[in-house]
Amino acid sequence: MTDSPIALPPYAQALDMTIVDEIDGAPVIGMPFADRVQGRPGYLHGGAISGLLEIAAIAAVHRALQAKGSDSAIKQVNVTVDFMRGGLSQMTYAVGEVTRLGRTMANVEARAWQDDRDKPIAMGHMHYLIKAKREDAT
Amino acid sequence: MAFGKPDLGSIVPKGTEFDPALVNKMMGKFGHGGFLDMEYVGHGADWVELAIDWREDLVADPDTGILASAVIISLMDNATSMSIWTKLGEFRPQVTMDLRIDYLRPSPSGERVYGRGICYHLTNSIGFVRGFAHNGNPDEPLAHASGTFIRIGDRIS
Repeated sequence: MTDSPIALPPYAQALDMTIVDEIDGAPVIGMPFADRVQGRPGYLHGGAISGLLEIAAIAAVHRALQAKGSDSAIKQVNVTVDFMRGGLSQMTYAVGEVTRLGRTMANVEARAWQDDRDKPIAMGHMHYLIKAKREDAT
Repeated sequence: MAFGKPDLGSIVPKGTEFDPALVNKMMGKFGHGGFLDMEYVGHGADWVELAIDWREDLVADPDTGILASAVIISLMDNATSMSIWTKLGEFRPQVTMDLRIDYLRPSPSGERVYGRGICYHLTNSIGFVRGFAHNGNPDEPLAHASGTFIRIGDRIS
């Protein structure tokens, strides 16, 4: 597989997420503030922050698999999200770090921040199952 | 951060019995809850059940039509959050501290997803919650959730 651009899924597009940058080979996903991501007035909904973390984590795993020359699909097993700060009504960013990529599973840590990457508003810890090659699924 | 500052105060006057159906009309119809169009399904002494209809724009994988996992997180966040107020019998400002979801199976394309949030313990500061998501039969869950909420506002500003 080549380093083809990652098409973000419908859910990410619906929340206006885009790839805005790259950190250590992983795409940085940006999400603008809007009513559709708002929880309590003026703040992001935890679920929307989790969604941003999820998209960043999936993008990071796909990128890591591509780097290994793999076209395997992945399946999420679980996620733990820590909410550290209220998400304010501004642009939010997230990036995933694949802390381990094995043959059967991947461990990922995703971080979401606004102004300062060292002050995360939330962190996600995810486990993904690495599934068989895509062609087997079709 | 399902809901914090007491903007709910306007529709939940102090001393009034907490009504999850009424509160969902705010949490489930505006903002992110409105985007997902969360619907109130039912409640008991310590639980609240909400539901989201499958929609194309909520999909994570267009090949399979499987919903984004964060849709389940949002659903469980709102349902567990509301279970605390339901158990407490009144609204108190709080934010989600952490939430864990285990995905037992994907939610199939086209199927409505239900999320039941249960508050199993409550202290002065913390609400301990768990819950599960299903497609209509609670005996066949698709995900399990557990988490904690911390009270804010009147304690910490």
